[in-house]
Amino acid sequence: MSNDQPPTKRGTTKVAARSNETGPVETSSGLSEKASFRDHLAIAPLRLIAVVGVPLLAFFLLSQSFVFLRDSEANRVVIVLVALVFGVIGVFGLYWVMDFVANQLPDRIGVRIRPWIFAGPALSVLALFLVWPTIRTLWLSFRDDDGEAFVGLDNYVYAFTNDVMLTAFRNNLVWLIVGTVGTVGLGLAIAALVDKLQRRSESVAKSIIFVPMAISFVGASIIWGFIYTFRPAGRPQIGLLNAIWTRLGNDPVFWLSKEPWNTFMLVVVLIWLQTGFAMVILSAAIKSVPDDILEAARIDGASEMQIFWRVVVPTIKSTIVVVTTTMIILILKVFDIVWVMTSGDFGTEVIASQMIRQAFRFFDDGKGAAVAVVLLLAVIPVMILNVRRFREEESLR
Amino acid sequence: MWLIPSLGLLVTSFRPELDIASSGWWTVFGNLGNNEWTINNYQRVIEADGMGNAFLNSLAVSIPATIIPITIAAFAAYAFAWMEFKGRQVLFVIVVGLMVVPLQMALIPLLQIYVNFDLTGTYLAVWLAHTGFGLPLAIYLLRNYIGSLPKSIIESAAIDGASHFKTFFSLVVPLSVPVIASFAIFQFLWVWNDFLVAIVFLGGTPDVSVVTIRLAELVGSRGQDWEVLTAGAFLTMVLPLVVFFPLQRFFVRGLTAGSVKG
Repeated sequence: MSNDQPPTKRGTTKVAARSNETGPVETSSGLSEKASFRDHLAIAPLRLIAVVGVPLLAFFLLSQSFVFLRDSEANRVVIVLVALVFGVIGVFGLYWVMDFVANQLPDRIGVRIRPWIFAGPALSVLALFLVWPTIRTLWLSFRDDDGEAFVGLDNYVYAFTNDVMLTAFRNNLVWLIVGTVGTVGLGLAIAALVDKLQRRSESVAKSIIFVPMAISFVGASIIWGFIYTFRPAGRPQIGLLNAIWTRLGNDPVFWLSKEPWNTFMLVVVLIWLQTGFAMVILSAAIKSVPDDILEAARIDGASEMQIFWRVVVPTIKSTIVVVTTTMIILILKVFDIVWVMTSGDFGTEVIASQMIRQAFRFFDDGKGAAVAVVLLLAVIPVMILNVRRFREEESLR
Repeated sequence: MWLIPSLGLLVTSFRPELDIASSGWWTVFGNLGNNEWTINNYQRVIEADGMGNAFLNSLAVSIPATIIPITIAAFAAYAFAWMEFKGRQVLFVIVVGLMVVPLQMALIPLLQIYVNFDLTGTYLAVWLAHTGFGLPLAIYLLRNYIGSLPKSIIESAAIDGASHFKTFFSLVVPLSVPVIASFAIFQFLWVWNDFLVAIVFLGGTPDVSVVTIRLAELVGSRGQDWEVLTAGAFLTMVLPLVVFFPLQRFFVRGLTAGSVKG
């Protein structure tokens, strides 16, 4: 094998692709010696075959796995294993193949397209699963329940005037205000208080508050459903809330049906779940306030409360904003809690659960889409804020 | 005080049906030593009510749905962080924007596609969906982290003649393990606890339903059977708690990384 150059390292971008040996092609003994294989590939026809053939092979393998994963009746474990193998090794392999192809091309082009190779799959997935569906949902919102005929703004009129929807709007407002103030406020308060504790008790306390984050909304719905549960008067109460309520001398109440309190009850579940999130981030922020500022304030004779409100809070304002906006987005999406605890009965519907109901229970695509778009509209201000903030951070990089 | 709700759940799940119906769970503390405990509820829920099966299904759904987005996002994050290409800024801004889009926007059309491709009710459907939904956050987190790796390391690798691919694979990826771990925990918890995506794409048939769906169904059909509900709920919570507790630190680090400046 004629080899004018020193063996090239696999993956080197420059040298191998430009070699132009024209000697007879020796069939290489297997692919073990990558360097020589590449040199052989310098032969144009072979290179062409490789550039075309390798991706085709990869594509074939991909589609086979796809079909297998979809249709196979095999044991669950087998399917998962195949998915993992395919998902990790397969994906890497895919990238490697594309990189390989890029390496065969002249350098100029290779450099240009390589970033697209890296980012391409991710971007295509995003386009397919997020961008396109969003656009399509927008399109659907202007059509009737089968997505066929164009109905103009009818669905939106429904969305903004229908009774249930109006209740949902009102409820969402309650969720947003109470939920956000609750989680962020509590999170801030707890973070501040806990900051004063000893190391050990601090982390224990934080863990306790934080743990509910691991619980699913459905699970939490059961936990709190149990607390709110109701037995007729005269029978022993098994729900915690009613037990306390009756101890105070009242009749037991079917909390989940009593408007407007029931929505508050549901929001409590959210607060219980998410305060930990707010607390953790705010705690980190509080700890990052420079000590010297605090010291200076103390020397000036300020009380702890004053220090907190006048010094700490303004300093961490941007973090508070971030946490608040994140909570807002999360709350707007709340669907599980309402769905599981009350199915939206008793006037507890929210926009998200309405959307699901329209689209998948009543099979009215148009209305469901319109409601979803309403949700999107509500979120857009936050999106803009996020992007702007991101831009600022970027310019500081 | 925060723990009380969970405590109530746990205690109740071990009490026999009659006890639950006749007295509040807190009374067990007054009666220590006299109470009747049972694991009957758990047995029932695992076998008769299909929780055991659902548990396995949840695992089958969550594990790939956590791992696959990571591989795809890692490559993209590296590209956004260290490679030059046209439109890089704009595209990343779009990614940031996408993080906020409610996934309700995507559900109806995706379901239509899935129906066309015969994907409904399969694990693959849910894996792909969660991959898509989880990618924006993954790319964002990973890209910030990878972008903050010292430039000198990347540059010295390039000087040594390594291609981007090699740099990525043998240098950046090992260094990114912390952020990958953070995201993995986040994603795993999210997928395991997810109800919406599962119910839309996977459906509630007993052979594929995941724990969240099963649980919701139990609430619907056995609304007042607290002994079953509490046992079932606890089962769904056990795994996330076990995963979450020791790995809290990574989770927290991941959260704070994106939000606190400096």
